[in-house]
Amino acid sequence: MNSFGRPLTRNEDPRLLRGEALFVDDVELPGLLHVAFFRSPHAHAHLLSLDVSAARARAGVVAVITAADLGDYWQPGPLLVPPPPVPGMIFNQRCQVPLVRDTARHVGEPVAMVVAESRYIAEDAVAEILAEWETLPAVGDLEAALAPGAALVHADLGTNVAAEVHQARGDYAAAARAAHLVLKRRFTYDRGASIPMETRGVVAQWDPRADRLTVWDTTQAPVVIRNGLAGMLGLSERQVRVVAPNIGGGFGPKMMMFYPEEVLIPWAAMRLCRPVKWIEDRLEHFFATTHERSQIHDAEIALDAQGKILGVRDVFLHDTGAYDPYGLTVPLNSQCTLLGCYVVPAYDSRFTAVFTNRTLVTPYRGAGRQHGVFVMERLLDLAARELGLDRAEIRRRNFIPTDAFPFDQGVIYQDFSRLSYDSGNYEPILDKALAAIGYADFVQRVQPEARAAGRSLGLGLVCYVEGTGIGPYEGAKVQVQSSGKISLATGIGSQGQGHATAFAQVVAEQLGVDLRDVEVTTGDTDQFYWGVGTFASRGAVVAGSAAHEAAKVVRQKVLRTAAAHFECAEEDLVLADGKVHVAGVPDHAITLGRLAGLANPMRGAVTPGTEPGLEATSYFGPASGATASGVHAMIVEFDAGTLRPTILDYVVVHDCGTVINPLILAGQIHGGVAQGIGNAFFEQLAWDENGQLLNASLADYLIPTALDVPRMRLDHTVTPSPLNPLGVKGAGEAGAIPVGALFAQAIEDALDLPARGIEILEMPLGPSRLWEITQRG
Amino acid sequence: MKPAPFAWHAPEDLAAALALKAQHGGEAQFLAGGQSLVPAMNFRVAQPAVLVDLNRVAALDSLAFDAEGTLRVGAMCRYRRIERDAEVARRLPLLVEALAEVAHPQIRNRGTLAGNLCHADPASEMPAVMLALEARFRLCRHDGERVLPARDFFLGPLATALAEEEMLAEIQIPALPPGTGTGFLEVARRRGDYAMMGVAAVLRRGPEGRCVAARLALCSAGPTPMLAERAAASLVGTRLTAEDFAAAAALAVAEIDPMGSVQASPAYQRHLAGVLVPRALALAAERAA
Amino acid sequence: MKFTIRVNGVEHTREVEPRLLLSDFLRHEIGLTGTHVGCEHGVCGACTILWDGAPVRSCLAFAVQAEGHEIRTVEGLAPGPGQLNPLQQAFRDAHGLQCGYCTPGILMTMTAFLEENPKPDEAQVREALSGNLCRCTGYQHIVDAVLLASQA
Ligand code: FES
Ligand code: FES
Repeated sequence: MNSFGRPLTRNEDPRLLRGEALFVDDVELPGLLHVAFFRSPHAHAHLLSLDVSAARARAGVVAVITAADLGDYWQPGPLLVPPPPVPGMIFNQRCQVPLVRDTARHVGEPVAMVVAESRYIAEDAVAEILAEWETLPAVGDLEAALAPGAALVHADLGTNVAAEVHQARGDYAAAARAAHLVLKRRFTYDRGASIPMETRGVVAQWDPRADRLTVWDTTQAPVVIRNGLAGMLGLSERQVRVVAPNIGGGFGPKMMMFYPEEVLIPWAAMRLCRPVKWIEDRLEHFFATTHERSQIHDAEIALDAQGKILGVRDVFLHDTGAYDPYGLTVPLNSQCTLLGCYVVPAYDSRFTAVFTNRTLVTPYRGAGRQHGVFVMERLLDLAARELGLDRAEIRRRNFIPTDAFPFDQGVIYQDFSRLSYDSGNYEPILDKALAAIGYADFVQRVQPEARAAGRSLGLGLVCYVEGTGIGPYEGAKVQVQSSGKISLATGIGSQGQGHATAFAQVVAEQLGVDLRDVEVTTGDTDQFYWGVGTFASRGAVVAGSAAHEAAKVVRQKVLRTAAAHFECAEEDLVLADGKVHVAGVPDHAITLGRLAGLANPMRGAVTPGTEPGLEATSYFGPASGATASGVHAMIVEFDAGTLRPTILDYVVVHDCGTVINPLILAGQIHGGVAQGIGNAFFEQLAWDENGQLLNASLADYLIPTALDVPRMRLDHTVTPSPLNPLGVKGAGEAGAIPVGALFAQAIEDALDLPARGIEILEMPLGPSRLWEITQRG
Repeated sequence: MKPAPFAWHAPEDLAAALALKAQHGGEAQFLAGGQSLVPAMNFRVAQPAVLVDLNRVAALDSLAFDAEGTLRVGAMCRYRRIERDAEVARRLPLLVEALAEVAHPQIRNRGTLAGNLCHADPASEMPAVMLALEARFRLCRHDGERVLPARDFFLGPLATALAEEEMLAEIQIPALPPGTGTGFLEVARRRGDYAMMGVAAVLRRGPEGRCVAARLALCSAGPTPMLAERAAASLVGTRLTAEDFAAAAALAVAEIDPMGSVQASPAYQRHLAGVLVPRALALAAERAA
Repeated sequence: MKFTIRVNGVEHTREVEPRLLLSDFLRHEIGLTGTHVGCEHGVCGACTILWDGAPVRSCLAFAVQAEGHEIRTVEGLAPGPGQLNPLQQAFRDAHGLQCGYCTPGILMTMTAFLEENPKPDEAQVREALSGNLCRCTGYQHIVDAVLLASQA
């Protein structure tokens, strides 16, 4: 009966497996119209003229909408995340617009919207739109963007600087002076894309009889979309229902708000009084859905002779793309996560976010944490080599000691609170990982033997932390239905994380019911009014805790109602198997369904101050994020001729506090690692000097297949978070974060690059680029 | 990503198909398996006004060895049929070995050899294999036909010697003489991707073990599938030792003209040719024993 | 043009444009939305269906071409309403899906694969899976699910 903490199969699976689950593109409505966009073919250009007359005249075309047609509705999008309260910071807000009016700032920016009887016809009409452009130089390279005389993404700004943030504590200069060793390197991390298997999509229906708008949207944050749309369209929130049904993967970019299409489709549905659908195709996805990852770090570490870190200084550039509606979440994550599991007495970090003529950058699984981990772990590897220290040992020497938690890092985090690690215990994680991968044996025997046999075998071992489960809040409503089933609704959306099962486990634990009898609804603003969204590995932590709190209150109500029914004390009651009975009298039980009926009497007087029904709504807002941590270790073999890797073993030891469902957790880690492998070895967006994307297809942008992802072995330690009632920490991004650093170390090790004076300082790294690097030695 | 409109014809015999092509000329395109054409149409890179769909021309779905031992592959013969044919695997193992690297089963279940060759992607495996096997192509038009050696068929990236009215109706692959060994190796980023470099090697040993004939063809090595003729010639008369392979590889690397891609720089492609040519030759030599 | 197609044993006659992709026909003309679309250029495998028993990409065929052929989709797998077939059950037991978007295509590919290879090993399963992309699971639990189904 007790389901919490057990590896149970999922409630959501049967419908998905039968092909019955509703995704946005499955929504069919009578009279449905279809949209295709005419998008900018240029990275940077003035729109001189736009002729949509032929498109408008085509049979089957209902409307062609340009910026001019939008009137006052044409507004730059809202700033989703304001800049952090860091003294002295600069932030230049430039948000995306619904349709290009005079200047296109990235390839794929929407210019005109065609609404037609079918997507086929809409695409035919798009091909007939004529635009005249004056092309402008495209800003791509981050350093060139800041050079005097550079072309400007936003001419009115007079600079391509989107933001500058400096955070420091301790005296780095003094640390460097006192250091036995100071190492400085440049690290680069290039752009990638999240590529959920389902692209984005929006369907909107205006019902004039009910005076209501319904929007199906592949968003990770339906409540925020509802609120925003109501404001933009001049409606009250109650008139707008946003549904995020089954979502085919999110990974962050479906959390962007508002995409131009999200603003336009509901508007068109209201104006045309017909339901309107837009489903992004894969080609559009490469240009129109946000990206992540380009940063250049100039980083420096100061250590004493024993390998103890004295300080780190980092100056980095961050590519924010053409607009910055998501504020500084990604570079702040990089800045904060760099500190890792380590005591860094002096830290001086300054970043400049740079506008470029590329698709916007917003968080994608890891959300900047990769970069921080890459820089720090690489610096430690280089330092270990210089100091003749073992790579595990240098990490161990710098771990934050167990008795130092909560550990204040003294910098401002993405949630604008001071970054403080709630709990952690890092050495056992490292020890488990070393044992699992067979570290000592590999170093002493396996690798030397392999080298002697001409094989290129290497090992990677890296540590990371992950700030998870940040506020502000989420809520949950738990209700006993008259059927005896329990319903749970929350405001977040679900993109495959198994919320319908994990939350059900949380509730089932409190209410003594079968997990299958808890029906979870996520992502429907008519079912739950308040919420923020699914991001930053916060679903289980924040919404899970709210569900727990709500279930506890319902439990009280159940017992109170049953006590009245049995005329006994609440303490004498047993709640189990969906029934309540008096202790010792199990045959005499009343079901939860009947109790729900008793709590909603049709006649008679209700005691003043009581509420009908067995239901409760609770909210949970953690004071700050919960910090998860882990170690990844990998053994990889390279074909020394072709430089193709084969991963022979992969171990993850992870601490995300209390585990609700180990099966789902394992899936999250596996998926994260797979994306990490993609990010490290396969996935890189390639651009030419005109800002054109060269690999905008799944044949050219390579996401890993079943042959590219190895079998992973997982282990856990449990250090509960004191910040929430469940003790959980998020786990959604952990798999992806350290893989770049892991690959870099393993490549150096396998190919014995340090002996040739070659260092791996960049990610991603496909075989062609790796070969180039190895030619330098 | 929806195809532009087109008129669709699905004739049931070859003559009707050729007549339609003659009638519509450059406006029309033959549709075989569609595994290259349909994606191009979905991207609207290809927008034929007329599609002459060959899927109902039963006579073109043929696969048989003739009296001379030449394998004759009809225009509508799907990869699936070739790769599952035990006789083909026995007599022309190079074909089957290379086929395993072509995309994935879901694509090979519909894709055709002829369609792939007409697409003439220089990164594709099959054009290089046809060069290595000295295949001949029977090109038919409504009023005649001609037979062209594979090496004269490929003119450039996505360009062939097919005239506007012609169809690649049949591929003829001659039997390999006794004593022949073959090998195919490629390096792609992932299983099923186009090769960054691919090498097809065909070697024949004489009675006393020396090499009497050699052919070496590479994909992703230039604007067309490339024959490394000087490299192959250097092997004739040798004992096919590792040193002979290394020498041949050096020649092959100089003969090819890789164009580079998002995945691989030309320099890395050359490097890969240097790695793969000896490996493929060793494989072929071992099998020629 | 008017044509007739058999899907999961049921005949459907519709008037369509020749350019209508089979994937769009299945999803939007006859409402079988279990077949998903992830790329429309033949790479992701989400749209995989069985065409005369063999897995093919439904985004790379025109609906009219399917006349006279037997098409099978994910909706045709379960033995009855509300039920799962052994492969589907194995996917549930092994947590072989997260968002479930890739799942129908993978089920169709694996249905044909297991018919030909009833007792595969892990390497064969991974090979057979390599034409279907999944962005959520890292494949491990999918592989486990297929192996589990093959042991049933
Ligand atoms: S949608 Fe058909 S293969 Fe991706
Ligand atoms: S489960 Fe989401 S793509 Fe496979």
